[in-house]
Amino acid sequence: MRRDTSALPGFGLGLGVLLSALALIVLLPLAALLARGAAMGPAELASHLGSRRVANALALSFRAALVASAANLVFGLLLAWVLSRYRFPGRRLIDAAVDLPFALPTAVAGIALTALYAPAGLFGRVLEPLGLRIAYAEPGIWLALVFVGLPFVVRTVQPVIDEIDPEWEEASATLGASRLRTLRRVVLPVLAPALLTGFALALARSVGEYGSVIFIAGNLPNLTEIAPLLIVIRLEEYNYDAAAAIGLAMLGISFAMLFVINSLQVWSRRRIGHA
Amino acid sequence: MSGSALASASAAITEPRPWRLLLTLSAVALAALLLLAPIAAVFAEALREGPLTALRSLGAPDAVSAILLTLGIALVAVPVNAAAGIAAAWAIAKFDFRGKAALVTLIDLPFSVSPVVAGLALVLLYGANGLFGGWLAAHELKIVFALPGILLATLFITFPFVARELIPVMVEQGRAEEEAALTLGASGWHMFRTVTLPNIRWALLYGVLLCNARAMGEFGAVAVVSGKIRGQTTTMPIMIEMLYNEYLSVAAFSMAALLAVLALVTLALKSLLEWRHAGLLAATRRH
Repeated sequence: MRRDTSALPGFGLGLGVLLSALALIVLLPLAALLARGAAMGPAELASHLGSRRVANALALSFRAALVASAANLVFGLLLAWVLSRYRFPGRRLIDAAVDLPFALPTAVAGIALTALYAPAGLFGRVLEPLGLRIAYAEPGIWLALVFVGLPFVVRTVQPVIDEIDPEWEEASATLGASRLRTLRRVVLPVLAPALLTGFALALARSVGEYGSVIFIAGNLPNLTEIAPLLIVIRLEEYNYDAAAAIGLAMLGISFAMLFVINSLQVWSRRRIGHA
Repeated sequence: MSGSALASASAAITEPRPWRLLLTLSAVALAALLLLAPIAAVFAEALREGPLTALRSLGAPDAVSAILLTLGIALVAVPVNAAAGIAAAWAIAKFDFRGKAALVTLIDLPFSVSPVVAGLALVLLYGANGLFGGWLAAHELKIVFALPGILLATLFITFPFVARELIPVMVEQGRAEEEAALTLGASGWHMFRTVTLPNIRWALLYGVLLCNARAMGEFGAVAVVSGKIRGQTTTMPIMIEMLYNEYLSVAAFSMAALLAVLALVTLALKSLLEWRHAGLLAATRRH
């Protein structure tokens, strides 16, 4: 397996520990899930996934994750740009706060957002009379997923902005381009692959998100019931086959989406390379 | 080129002042509403009936046992995944071998699997109806709805954190220093302790910090396998859900505030590490 002639010891030990831990902790359980799906066969899988409630839950999970990750492209770019390019009081505090969703347990985020956006909450009280219902409706799910996904976009885009050579922007300006045109034609193409990576990471995280969503969602079947919650409900009913079918569908759809995004990224990198 | 043309060129590499102001204000408003307001709400709700009530709810026997369980699980899960992460980074960063890219993808797998699906997979493996369920029952071993299940769920979710942080740092450091130590006659372990470990200690600490925060806060995967037996298999996040669903708002938010303090301490230490040791952390986090 080893190809080089490195003089360092410990390759076998390191690889051995890694492979055993990976197999026992990650791969063995996932193999059990695949085995359950294989034992069921396609017809039974399809019958579990064909119900209206399951289809609605899967559609909601992926739709909400797409909406939230798209919003995070804008929010993440805004925060990354301002934190990287401008100096203002409180910048360091906000820079540190961007990582809050990484560090704050999802259940804590879930009940905190619900407390704020419930009809009687601090923000809910203002929004409800305007006809904007956030908590216990689909926008509440979007909000929770925006919270969870935001740092992924900021933290992938920020280092790339830091590394942009100011000479490119100077050259563009000296050649007579307006600032907007420079941003669109010089800066944005450089940021595009990082934006896509951040989008993909946020998407992967928010599709399967559970803790921050279930408190604010309302959890009405067919309306605000996400796919992971339906898995939990099926498990509580001891309907393991139905739970496994939904779990496999989630795995399959998220890997397909990541594959598409990965291909887009290769394409956008190549495009920059030739530009 | 005239002086005024130069001045306009340097002005043109940033946005006009009104735009800068507008963008900064939007970013600050976004951070305040989306990031800072929730954490403030946690403490406000916890202290709604005064600090004594909050503290008393944390002293209740079930709350104490949840706190101890969460600490105990993290105390086992974090060192195990730190060891696996160091082993992974050593093999991947210091050697070339076929299938390396695929192995890195597999290490990152838990990031793209829903925590609930991870819990489900454990139930299908170790549950009463699962692959090993019969064998475990025959030997009177319980994994799902017991502590080993919570530990396995936590290990699954936090598996990539340390490896992800260490691999780029160790790739960048190369292997010249280790090779020099060997040439000078050091044994393998001696080289690892005196050369490798000091080089990666800050990155290791950074990875351990993030791994620990996630281990103590994990909810979805643990919720599936815990069985939620009060005083026995309820971790702090599970306890929050139970209290919240029983409309014991102050108790739920007090427990949440305790985890929020943990998150704030994690962020403070993380910022300190980034500030003091930026050069020794993974390249993507340098700013």
